[in-house]
Amino acid sequence: MSTVAEEHVHEHPSDLQYVKIALILGVITAFEVATYFWKDASTKLLVVILFPMMTAKFLIVTSYFMHLRYDNPLFRRIFFFGLILAAVVFMIALTAFNFFSDDYLRFLQ
Amino acid sequence: MTDTTVHVPVAEAVHGHRSATGLSNTKLAMWVYLGSDCLLFGSLISTYLLLRHRAVQGPGPKDVFDIPFTSVSSFVLLMSSLTMALAVASIARGDVQRNRAWLATTAMLGGVFIGGQVYEFTTFYREGLGYTTNIFGSAFYTLTGFHGIHVSVGIVMLMSLLVMSIRGNLGPERAEAVEVVGLYWHFVDIVWIVIFTVVYLIP
Repeated sequence: MSTVAEEHVHEHPSDLQYVKIALILGVITAFEVATYFWKDASTKLLVVILFPMMTAKFLIVTSYFMHLRYDNPLFRRIFFFGLILAAVVFMIALTAFNFFSDDYLRFLQ
Repeated sequence: MTDTTVHVPVAEAVHGHRSATGLSNTKLAMWVYLGSDCLLFGSLISTYLLLRHRAVQGPGPKDVFDIPFTSVSSFVLLMSSLTMALAVASIARGDVQRNRAWLATTAMLGGVFIGGQVYEFTTFYREGLGYTTNIFGSAFYTLTGFHGIHVSVGIVMLMSLLVMSIRGNLGPERAEAVEVVGLYWHFVDIVWIVIFTVVYLIP
């Protein structure tokens, strides 16, 4: 059983490190926004470019600002259980409604 | 006469009540809530994805979205996560003055974000997109409105912490209260990270 001292496994980042992390997040956001001005890009290409950037920002905030990287692993497991459950359930729902099929894309056109 | 005084262990007084895992009940409860809130936002985002291009009348996403404006709002919310992290770090060090300043800054940035959202909703409405105009409008307002309500609740929690601090009730011994509110605030930010990409940037 973990103790109070074990709840925080490692030291949290310093103020300067937090600022550096925020700068990285700002730069990624700038790249994301830049894709808006790329008028020739197809939706599929934008998905391929934007999803890794979104995931990176998501993981940086949860790991460093929310301290999941440093706190007890149980917190990480609880949160990612909910997140993965949501992702799986709603991917199934989207698939059931043919969201990923060519028929759906044709419907949109 | 028996002594009815409850002696709270020092560790519990500082870090809150502990569960059988040895972890703080409050923090554990917040993580469980955040994990369950993923399902709420997952349902709203997937509903929006299914319905956004099915509008047969009224404006669609391309007609109303102002990406440069929303990008500034997104940046403001992202930076509020930095100020929140600095608020948590300062109270953990026992620096009450800085903690107050960072809490106030975070609440102010949250207020700017909400102001931007109110402006955006008002502009969309003037352009002909009401809540019941079409199915895109209903899905969009429901998703972003729910997120806005979350941000507003976060601002109320931040202001409550600020009032507690000014009254002298928020010292380093209650650092966990700031940390738990911080977790909620960062969650609101990561939800917006997803919404900004999926709703606004991917056509």
